[in-house]
Amino acid sequence: MKITQLSIFVENKPGHLIAPCRALADAGVNLRALSLADTQRYGILRMIVSDPPAAQKALEQAGFIVKATEVVAVEVPDRPGGLAHILAALEKTSVNIEYMYAFPFGRGENAVLIFRFDNPDAAIQRLQAAGVNLIMRKEL
Amino acid sequence: MMPAAQPAQSCFHPTSALDYIPRHELEQLQLQRMRAIVSRAYEHVPLFQTRLKDRGFVPNDIRSLSDVGKLPFTVKTDLRDTYPFGLFASPMQEIVRLHASSGTTGKPIVVAYTNGDVDVWSSVMARSFAACGLHEGDIVQNAYGYGLFTGGLGAHYGAERLGATVIPVSVGNTDRQLMLLSDFGATAICCTPTYFLHLIDRAAVLGIDLRKLPLRAGVFGAEPWTESMRRRIEEDTGIKAYDIYGLSEIIGPGVGVECACQAGLHIFEDHFYVEIVEPETGRLLPDGEEGELVLTTLSKQAMPLIRYRTRDITALVKEPCECGRTIRRIRRISRRADDMLIIRGINVFPSQVETVLLDVEGTLPHYQIILTREHGLDQMEVQVEVTPEVFSDTVGALEALEKKLAEAMEHVLQIRVQVTLVEPHTIQRSEGKAKRVIDRRPS
Repeated sequence: MKITQLSIFVENKPGHLIAPCRALADAGVNLRALSLADTQRYGILRMIVSDPPAAQKALEQAGFIVKATEVVAVEVPDRPGGLAHILAALEKTSVNIEYMYAFPFGRGENAVLIFRFDNPDAAIQRLQAAGVNLIMRKEL
Repeated sequence: MMPAAQPAQSCFHPTSALDYIPRHELEQLQLQRMRAIVSRAYEHVPLFQTRLKDRGFVPNDIRSLSDVGKLPFTVKTDLRDTYPFGLFASPMQEIVRLHASSGTTGKPIVVAYTNGDVDVWSSVMARSFAACGLHEGDIVQNAYGYGLFTGGLGAHYGAERLGATVIPVSVGNTDRQLMLLSDFGATAICCTPTYFLHLIDRAAVLGIDLRKLPLRAGVFGAEPWTESMRRRIEEDTGIKAYDIYGLSEIIGPGVGVECACQAGLHIFEDHFYVEIVEPETGRLLPDGEEGELVLTTLSKQAMPLIRYRTRDITALVKEPCECGRTIRRIRRISRRADDMLIIRGINVFPSQVETVLLDVEGTLPHYQIILTREHGLDQMEVQVEVTPEVFSDTVGALEALEKKLAEAMEHVLQIRVQVTLVEPHTIQRSEGKAKRVIDRRPS
């Protein structure tokens, strides 16, 4: 149910984003989704990729510090109330969302949300109980 | 001849005989050599002759070693002021080698060697390696930079003199360095401690387990390093990490080195005369007190230096070493008098920043101190490379780390510090040495 996300540390300076992208391109790894959490001086580039072990190796060889984390991918109908329905499933639980980002999903009217939970197992249980569609790694 | 591959614990290597000379004989030898070198400098180096004459002093006035304190000091600017060859005591026909400092600003300082000087240098380097338990049959990967820097050739000649096999790989090209380390089966390595930490990190990325290699000793020098760095190196790799000391002005590496006891560095006192003085006044300090190390070259022909102020802060160890060597030890050098930064009127040493980083992060990341001035006020920024140990994928955790580091530094230094996390491998390194301070304050 959990999928692997890779994060790297990038300084907030012109040209600093291209090096990791090149490293992935050279390794033949495809970027499925990404998000950049930024501060004034640096950012954390979070990526969902086609082949996490190969991507991690390529990035480390290129000198980046890579952190692999487990995240949860959720399919959401692309219509009003789609996200609210999912969040409602987590209401009144102790599960906390550390961060999230969204991207459109190839097969139609739906979007995919990537969640980083403080307690992913509890979150998965609640979401499945509420009938939310979780996406497996191979589908991405 | 020595049988090949003697066990490491054989501590009476013939090369090391002079390390065990009785003190009274050593002092006689020192006096004899001191008188000869002072005469040589007086006759051949105009700057030194003028300074002695100004004091109404002639070389024959040296009757005992206690008279050495009456001689004038030599300082680093003397080498700059007489650039390039002004302090040479030998004609160029007799000089077989020049080296120069990697000086980042202005002219470098130049040092010279006769054939005899190279021979002395090789012998003190061979004695250094022997003190670290190396011997004939060892394979030494020499990752000090070869070139104008004294580290590479100094270690090279010393290891050859000892009868070890030298891999003259020089600094840099880390992946090839690791390949050779594995394939050639080096039993010892020498380089700067900073560069060895880099090798450890890179080996981890490439999946090479340094503990499984035949490597058993590292001889690290050319920059000050701490006990915590030693612990990290020894725990991560299973080798013994020894500290070696030297400076180009005196001879290069091989002025002093640790023995198996790893409790201070033995100075090769038959070639280098040691004094500890108070940095501000130049007053000679009693044994055991901390001050600036002052060295006189007792044998160097091409460029004798009398009472050279090294700017390195240490103390003589009063007690004899358990290893049995009679040549005395200095404490490991933790800081240089030149390293002291005055920020908003407060004295700050880079080693204090290092201690905080080690305490908070558990290991020592690469860092750099950047000093600027805004509206007439000094600003101190510490840039710290992100390491796998501390990297988190949430902004909050990284900001908390910056804040924790800044608070710990402010507590120790008593001034405001801006801590900035930077990408790995972005802080400049030269000759494997880390450049710790960038001072952009207008003078």
